Amino acid sequence: MKKFELIEHTADIGLKAYGKTLAGAFANASVGMFSLMAELENVGEKESRRVEVNADDIEGLLFEWLNSLLYYFDVEMLLFKRFDVIEFEDTRLTATCYGEQYDPALHSLKMGVKSATYHQLEVDREKNCVQVIFDV
Amino acid sequence: MAKWGGKLEKVDEFRWRIPESYKSGMRVPGLIYADEGMIGQIVADQAPEQVANVAFLPGIVNYSLAMPDIHWGYGFAIGGVAAMRVSDGVVSPGGVGFDINCGVRIMRTNLTQNEVKPKIKELIDALFYAVPSGVGSKGKIKLRSGEINDVLTKGSRWAVERGYGRPEDLDTTEENGEIKEVNTDYISARAKERGTPQVGTLGSGNHFLEVGVIDEIYDKDIAKVMGIDDVGQVMLYVHCGSRGLGHQVADDYIKEMVQAMQKYGIQVPDRQLACAPVNSPEGKHYLSAMRGAANYAWANRQCITHWVREAFCRVMGISEKEAGLELIYDVTHNIAKIEEHEIAGMNEQLCVHRKGATRAFPPGHPDVPEKYSSIGQPILIPGDMGRLSYILVGTDRAIRETFGSTCHGAGRMQSRSAMKKRFNGRDVLRELESRGIAVRAGSMSGLAEEAPEAYKDVETVVNVAHGAGISKKVARTRPIAVVKG
Repeated sequence: MKKFELIEHTADIGLKAYGKTLAGAFANASVGMFSLMAELENVGEKESRRVEVNADDIEGLLFEWLNSLLYYFDVEMLLFKRFDVIEFEDTRLTATCYGEQYDPALHSLKMGVKSATYHQLEVDREKNCVQVIFDV
Repeated sequence: MAKWGGKLEKVDEFRWRIPESYKSGMRVPGLIYADEGMIGQIVADQAPEQVANVAFLPGIVNYSLAMPDIHWGYGFAIGGVAAMRVSDGVVSPGGVGFDINCGVRIMRTNLTQNEVKPKIKELIDALFYAVPSGVGSKGKIKLRSGEINDVLTKGSRWAVERGYGRPEDLDTTEENGEIKEVNTDYISARAKERGTPQVGTLGSGNHFLEVGVIDEIYDKDIAKVMGIDDVGQVMLYVHCGSRGLGHQVADDYIKEMVQAMQKYGIQVPDRQLACAPVNSPEGKHYLSAMRGAANYAWANRQCITHWVREAFCRVMGISEKEAGLELIYDVTHNIAKIEEHEIAGMNEQLCVHRKGATRAFPPGHPDVPEKYSSIGQPILIPGDMGRLSYILVGTDRAIRETFGSTCHGAGRMQSRSAMKKRFNGRDVLRELESRGIAVRAGSMSGLAEEAPEAYKDVETVVNVAHGAGISKKVARTRPIAVVKG
């Protein structure tokens, strides 16, 4: 099954992510986001971080989840490539994120993602599919 | 993306109206500045729908405006201007965007193209190494513990006091590079953490440094006041914003306002338009935090200015005095400000949102620096990597019609992925070099995304702004070297 696909947007870029479960779709959305930012093939899994996010509803949770991961990139230069979702509710997500610190000798960065946006943000519980547009 | 099928009425050669009757809930009409040739491209995606959606926001006055560089954004269209009454209106972080105070500045030099051209390769390399750029770039400045709060409250003045740039740079920066009424307690620890290592970095995306040359002067007298003397004169541009700090402030407050909307009983057609009353605690806290992020961006451009001057003088083998390098002006194009404007004959305090739009104040306005009081506020409209950029001034008509606002750039019309399918970075590089433009870029794919073909022709955008009378053309530059973030 396809993890995610990109959506065309004039100024920015978006993606649709799929999963066997909604938690899986959230994890694949983050894989999609990091693959916009860098070539993930050469990224190892030397580092891991436990990330917990809370929100008022499921849409807010997706916004918060992706933006929290961008925080780790800005502050610790961590590129994540794999996500184990441990807990998943409408208002709470806990995951272990695996990746490594950006090293210009090993990794190639592609695009800066400023933020996930609420614009056309969709969470489809029936199809286990999420959609998000990024400001890049 | 589907073509927009809404109602659009032609007002005159440069103005198109979306009537209030288009959608139930619009409080004012929409008004798009465009000419006949551009309008087809504007309705090709959903940007006009976004103009109509902004008209839903409480307290909006006159029109939901779109400048001629309008393109589809998130929430607000890029090129959107909307003013809400402070008394009963709202402020929306989505009406500012994630890159708070993304902006551009221009320095003049005493040198001509003929003097700089032989050293252009050396110059562009020196600029590339002097200014950290690219995705995730980290700065050279180590802040003391707590010093980030000085950056957030003092903006450009913090940088000048730290030795980056000249005291007179503050006189020719919008808000003197230090917008007041910032309480740093309203800026989250996460935002400060993201911002601390990034002071003095260009970032990525459409951010750049450019060496440009005056190509044409439309108004010699006005140009003279800015220190623009002749065709062939070399100018330097810096375009960047508030980096991760601004992004985090926007994230934090969009989240807060999604909750606040329920509390205040506000409904909007797109969650990205989340807002709160200007006078509510949420509104006030956001404005305070946003101003801090704006100051951060001015400090950022000020530090970069210093390194650009150093690099330029070193390569050219001359002193700063000989080089000139005076800051003509620095404008912001993503901000919300409390300003007083005349509405139906009465002075009214408004919260003016400019998202991808530039302030365009006329001659004699109290917020225009004394130096430019006779000509109006300088406006800088960068084109794109391969094309022309424009220098304009603000007008009385802008104050009357657009809350003193005009366009900010060329405006995107092709998506990044579409550009990457059509071009690769190396093609773009070769194409620019064949036109005599030296380029250094952090990433080749970034270069393809920003290929000149992605943008509307800035000339038509500026001609609409000039033709509609919301700004006045003074001069234009063409690039000879670009550092792309």
